[in-house]
Amino acid sequence: MNYNWDWGVLFREPFGGWLISGFGWTIAVSLAAWTLAFTLGSVIGIMRTTDSKLLRGIGTCYVEVFRNIPLLVQMFLWYFVFPELLPDDAGMWVKREMPMPAFTTAAVCLGLYTASRVAEQVRAGIEAIGQGQRNAGLAIGLTPAQVYRYVLLPVSYRIIVPPLTSEFLTIFKNSSVALTIGVLETTAQARQIEEYTFQGFEAFTAATLIYILVTSIVMLLMRLIEGKVRIPGMISLGAK
Amino acid sequence: MLSRISLITMGAVLLVAGTATSYADGSPVLDRIKERGSINMGHRESSVPFSYIGDDGKPQGYSIDLCMKVIDAVKAEIGMPDLKINLVPVTSQTRIALMANGTIDLECGSTTHNLTRRKQVDYLPTTFITGTKIASKKGSGITEIEDLEGKTVALSLGTTNEKAIKRVAAQNGINIKTIMVKDHPQGWLALETGRADAYASDHVLLYGLISKSKNPEEFQVTGRFLSYDPYGIMVPKDDSTYRRLGEVTLADLMRSGEAEALYNKWFNPGPTQINMPMSDTLKMAFEIQALPH
Repeated sequence: MNYNWDWGVLFREPFGGWLISGFGWTIAVSLAAWTLAFTLGSVIGIMRTTDSKLLRGIGTCYVEVFRNIPLLVQMFLWYFVFPELLPDDAGMWVKREMPMPAFTTAAVCLGLYTASRVAEQVRAGIEAIGQGQRNAGLAIGLTPAQVYRYVLLPVSYRIIVPPLTSEFLTIFKNSSVALTIGVLETTAQARQIEEYTFQGFEAFTAATLIYILVTSIVMLLMRLIEGKVRIPGMISLGAK
Repeated sequence: MLSRISLITMGAVLLVAGTATSYADGSPVLDRIKERGSINMGHRESSVPFSYIGDDGKPQGYSIDLCMKVIDAVKAEIGMPDLKINLVPVTSQTRIALMANGTIDLECGSTTHNLTRRKQVDYLPTTFITGTKIASKKGSGITEIEDLEGKTVALSLGTTNEKAIKRVAAQNGINIKTIMVKDHPQGWLALETGRADAYASDHVLLYGLISKSKNPEEFQVTGRFLSYDPYGIMVPKDDSTYRRLGEVTLADLMRSGEAEALYNKWFNPGPTQINMPMSDTLKMAFEIQALPH
């Protein structure tokens, strides 16, 4: 290999600042998307376990559509195709007036995509409890909503902490796809530094370390939550 | 006595020259090409008409034709007429890294020769000259960069054009909104769908994009050159023997007029109807670079 190493480039202005700003956008896109994914994913997941055929159908459709289209394609569709389907004025608003169009589109797209995966985890958690507890809840006179609120959800969310950790980690890594629509997050900034200085190996090494740092912190955090909420004797104990 | 010594010396020199398998004067690239029995040629997939995938699925274009001449010279130099050519697709993001880590032996695309890049790679003589210009919709009232005050321009991430627009805007205090796109097709899409008022890129690429768009008569390329972008074939750094081989080949082509013929084949009007007669600057560049033997 015939490469001219220069680690100093990472600490030179403006390149060091670019990496820090990229780190900030990675966190912003990921957390915004996760908020949407967790909320919507919970709703869709619960819908898929109800007795209503309609709700189950809607939930299944949502999961299959959003889970089966590559994220890269979804990003393109939301950014370039979606505004064209709207009436002219609304489309122009999305393209020009909407605050931070690229960021908003990326967060919504990543959130909707991850929601389909969270929904499946939530459904799996609820189904893992079995029909017995649901029937028992109904038998002592709880309404279906109360059965979810007091019997099924408190247990199922605790069971699915480990798989949710994976989804939460994945969202940080998937946020790099946002660079394809012009969000200058960590990977995009590494590319920018490469194009300005041609020190690509250093820039991407720095980006790698940033991702490892972020995911390590997330993992620690989720470990703590897992320990706090675990029910002694339940399966999530195994991860400890 | 003297003549005997010189005869022996000459014989020894001939013997060494005849049996030498490695280039003692330092050509690691020719050595590895000979050892592998193949040369790795980096090419682009949509740099029309420099280096792009043709209807037959093979890379073709102006840069590819020039590279083939260089490869012919390599074949003659190492005495392997049936040298295998491995085609390696590269992008604007991967080309420098793949050259620096030794994956490709030459890159045939549309790469600007600049001095910062020379820290990692070397270049053969300039074979095309372009610069940053602005494409916009006709009737938008945009001709120069100054007309973009308060408007939105799409820029391709990590190109020389991005740097040029930002530099000129900062120098002249022009307030331009920018949106970043990942490649030329998406930059064009941003302009076509009205997400951006203009798209800035190398003027030759803009003409190429217009010639391929749905309504070519709707768009225009205007303004002065905002940057100077000479294209060159990229070769690995620190191998002057190998680089010289390419320089000799291109100088010969430029002197004999073959280079101009290749230019006309691809640009005037060219298979994609790009219709760009050779500029006086490039003609002059060919003359200056056609160094004598």
